[in-house]
Amino acid sequence: MSEIVFDHIYKRYSDGFEAVKDMNLGIGDGEFMILVGPSGCGKSTALRMVAGLEDISDGDLKIDGQVVNQRAPKDRDIAMVFQNYALYPHMSVRENMGFALKLAKTPDDEINRKVNEAAKILDLEQHLERKPANLSGGQRQRVAMGRAIVRSPKAFLMDEPLSNLDAKLRVQMRTEISRLQDQLGTTTIYVTHDQTEAMTLGDRIAVMRAGMLQQVGSPNDLYATPKNLFVAGFIGSPSMNFLPGEIDGDSVRLPIGTLPLTDEMRRRLQAGQGGTRRGVIAGLRPEHFEDAALVPDRSRGATFKARIDVLESMGSEYYAYFLVESERVSSRELEELAQDAGATDLPHSGSGSQVVARLSADSRIQQGAEAELWFDSHHLHLFDQEHGHSLLTSDGGNQVQPAATQPTTTT
Amino acid sequence: MKHSQREISGWTAAIIAVVVLSLIPVLWIISLSFKDPGTIGDGNFFPTKWTWANYSGIFKQSIFTDALRNSIGIAAIATVIAVVLASFAAYAIARLKFPGKRVILGASLAIAMFPPISIVGPLYNLWREIGLYDTWPGLILPYMTFALPLSIYTLSAFFREIPWELEQAAQVDGATPFQAFTRVIAPLAAPGVFTTAIIVFIFCWNDFVFAISLTSTPAAQTVPAAIASFPGASQFTEPIGSIAAAAVVVTIPMVLLVLLFQRRIVSGLTAGAVKG
Repeated sequence: MSEIVFDHIYKRYSDGFEAVKDMNLGIGDGEFMILVGPSGCGKSTALRMVAGLEDISDGDLKIDGQVVNQRAPKDRDIAMVFQNYALYPHMSVRENMGFALKLAKTPDDEINRKVNEAAKILDLEQHLERKPANLSGGQRQRVAMGRAIVRSPKAFLMDEPLSNLDAKLRVQMRTEISRLQDQLGTTTIYVTHDQTEAMTLGDRIAVMRAGMLQQVGSPNDLYATPKNLFVAGFIGSPSMNFLPGEIDGDSVRLPIGTLPLTDEMRRRLQAGQGGTRRGVIAGLRPEHFEDAALVPDRSRGATFKARIDVLESMGSEYYAYFLVESERVSSRELEELAQDAGATDLPHSGSGSQVVARLSADSRIQQGAEAELWFDSHHLHLFDQEHGHSLLTSDGGNQVQPAATQPTTTT
Repeated sequence: MKHSQREISGWTAAIIAVVVLSLIPVLWIISLSFKDPGTIGDGNFFPTKWTWANYSGIFKQSIFTDALRNSIGIAAIATVIAVVLASFAAYAIARLKFPGKRVILGASLAIAMFPPISIVGPLYNLWREIGLYDTWPGLILPYMTFALPLSIYTLSAFFREIPWELEQAAQVDGATPFQAFTRVIAPLAAPGVFTTAIIVFIFCWNDFVFAISLTSTPAAQTVPAAIASFPGASQFTEPIGSIAAAAVVVTIPMVLLVLLFQRRIVSGLTAGAVKG
């Protein structure tokens, strides 16, 4: 049971590269905090600094109010689950799980009791005498978890613990971890690059990019009010569509039509610097589109026509892909996201922007045909064209500006 | 992959040919060791008259038993020292980043390949001067010169295979760096250490050049050197039967060593530590 605080933490390597820059983050007692971001964003480095496996270049790391920068990993009383499990191959599952207790000179019968208890929780009872080499991937993963929980440590650190499992098992283990953390109530920091994992697991999510925290908040906060383009593009699947827009009085002109601005949006836009901006980047989540034929009251959004290139049926819903004639939105944040997803290798069809819309399964839309779609303007996101910060979040976007505007110095 | 019948029989024939070719000299020696002095030169592959006399003979000569004792002692001491020192060096090379790492490895390899004969002459003079001639340390030292770099080279290759994260996992589990080494890394390194030890032991055991040049009496003479100075039954007879018997006797420990530790040498003990 404990709190972990990052107080102006920096990680600099000898070649001058800063993996983590001025990280400030407080993780409450019993909280499940997710560090998420594309590869190389510094999330694993941050986690390893908590574990003591990586030196802290600057700033204070506090566990329960005490600065632990100089403490060896063994004196921090934290347990870590590694991405590739790091099980001791020469020990049985029982010995693996009891290793930490044995080092702490716990009496044998107590070790046995605790290991059996953990094995019961993790459904490993019949495997206790086997060696890791004879276990399946999922079982190894559970042993790695078991090694952490038998100790009842101050905190769990998990470094992409599910990334080596196949898709089905990953979903299953995700639920299991969530339940386990709930049951044990131990402070947990969980690193992942998978936004779905982040959204489903965490109490709070900290999104990182290029060593800097972009936004910290509950999954719903991040989803509903992303502070900048990067967070907006990272959170949500399929990801948000971005189109160039122009603010014109009470409405915003987009390539798909003119959307009315709500009073709230107007108020926020006015509160931000610049008042009525001209050029903006509009963010439209796929789920806020709908087949116009299924919308009874179209007044709170805009209706437009598009030729559906590809229609994917998920059973419960459709994903409709169409091209919008417009200039492509260019922003370093979005390029970075595309690069991380490997999307830069995909050929671009034509000059327009591709838009994904999530439509109800009741829709009668056909692939290759013209369709009438509708977008709910209440859920429109607007971002600054130059700096990428949101123009609609309550703090006007000023505070996140440094994070988004500084030129990135990735190697 | 499916192999055709012809392919399989071809390979089988080739393998049998290689095995037979390499075993013929060994079998010849064994055959010689069982021949009695009268038929030793008859050129038959199978002895016409079998005898144990050669074996019982060499064990009656103190020149052989003393040499056996020297061989075992010197080879064992040299092996232990070389492997212990080399594991420290190899661990540092495998785990730490420091300038000159590649130079150390390169130098090790170069020294291990150095022709022993070229240092025998100077060593002979030096050992005479400082009183190491015909002593155990006088042989152990030059053996180390070659065994140490060889061990460093092999061990660092083995250590590199051990997943680095296991040590970190142990540290997070509450182990001191020393405990992480003894409880986690050392057991995993054991096969590598055994393999290295066997290679080094065989190198010391088989050496002839140093043994013949730097020793002269049963005080330090090892088996290969002693065999060369076996006396014949008379001044004019070569002790071929005894030499053959001695050669068979000194080969047996090697064969036993390898058979005994074969299971430890097999790699793959680290399987299951990490995914993939």
